Amino acid sequence: MRLRQGQFSFLPDLTDDDIRVQAQYAIDNGWAVSVEFTDDPHPRNTYWEMWGHPMFDNPDAAAVVYEVNECRKAHGGKYIRVMAFDASHGWESIRMSFIVNRPKEEPGFRLVRQESAGRLVRYTVESYATRDPEGARYA
Amino acid sequence: MTDEPTALEEKASPSLPQSVDLAAAFEESGVRDVLKELDDTMIGLAPVKQRIRETAALLLVDQARRQLGLATETPTLHMSFTGNPGTGKTTVALKMADLLHRLGYVRKGHLVTVTRDDLVGQYIGHTAPKTKEVLKKAMGGVLFIDEAYYLYRPENERDYGQEAIEILLQVMENNRDDLVVILAGYADRMDRFFESNPGFRSRIAHHIEFPDYTNEELLKIAEIMLSEQNYAFDPAARVAMAEYIASRRGQQHFANARSIRNALDRARLRQANRLFNEAAGPLDAAALSAIAETDIRASRVFRGGLDTDRKPAREAAE
Repeated sequence: MRLRQGQFSFLPDLTDDDIRVQAQYAIDNGWAVSVEFTDDPHPRNTYWEMWGHPMFDNPDAAAVVYEVNECRKAHGGKYIRVMAFDASHGWESIRMSFIVNRPKEEPGFRLVRQESAGRLVRYTVESYATRDPEGARYA
Repeated sequence: MTDEPTALEEKASPSLPQSVDLAAAFEESGVRDVLKELDDTMIGLAPVKQRIRETAALLLVDQARRQLGLATETPTLHMSFTGNPGTGKTTVALKMADLLHRLGYVRKGHLVTVTRDDLVGQYIGHTAPKTKEVLKKAMGGVLFIDEAYYLYRPENERDYGQEAIEILLQVMENNRDDLVVILAGYADRMDRFFESNPGFRSRIAHHIEFPDYTNEELLKIAEIMLSEQNYAFDPAARVAMAEYIASRRGQQHFANARSIRNALDRARLRQANRLFNEAAGPLDAAALSAIAETDIRASRVFRGGLDTDRKPAREAAE
């Protein structure tokens, strides 16, 4: 099951050139671009591991593509996303976020039903991948 | 004339133009402005200007060839600027960044100036992130490494400079589209640096040598520097400055235009002092902006140069 999170997730995978153009857009708007990775794709897992610092002072997006490729070398089998943080007053939040790398096999999520008091059923989702310990997921 | 030939041509290569107007490309790219600015603002440096004009022509032709589909590779643009201190290497690098930007070889055209300290770390594991940080900052522009030979210290085999060199070489090769590296330094030491790092020599296509300025050129530079700050020599001061340049050249630590700038700074200091001590009554703009002969003649250079510093304190205090 293909993970649909963030922007462009219903499009085919972005090429390096696509990434560069999108990151350049963020840089031109004055947003700090950063690269993050994770092997826990749960939709509520918002804090991924940071790959280096956010790039505050790079005027050109080639640096972002360079870092994405460096991250792919180390964590090629995991999810990698590029984010753009807008520090301006009133926003102070993520303005862009898109996945640039995903594992070969994405096993998807299972629905977990929990029986509760008085025939109540609680539902949650769990990634099949996270049943393996951290570091051992996605081969 | 019928439409037929054009129709055929269009069929042959729908996306590529059939001819390129170099003169129009020259006008459009704004290269002429950069070259003109170079000619107007930089005194002397005839061989440097010639080389830059040649490089611009090469890049323009290369761009035209790419439009026609004849060339696809990005040419190697890394350069080395060699010359004595104060011969305008940094200033020309700034112009070069502008030129490459206008020709479309770098996307942003900013210049990042670094020395060994910015690239090489203090402890194990510090160098690689530091160098990469600088390289990332320079992407889309030009990285200017001043006194590049300090990166390589053969006397210390555990020096971290070697690590910076390796990363630099790798990025210079793999990210040729993203940044242009200019190495700068004194000619003889750069030669030795290239000899011990053959990887650099082969990755650098353009070696540009900066000659020393002649005395007349330095005098012209001095006048331009002064007029930029709304000062001017009076005729006697101009003669004194010419003599100053001639004798300064023979003395230690001569750094071409930089020495001239420092001399002018000191002359302005003396002029301010003189006006403060001598002036009685109101001063007009002409008086405030005139550098007089005494302001120049008071320099140590006329009394045997910087070595007078080393003499006993009683003499130096005079």
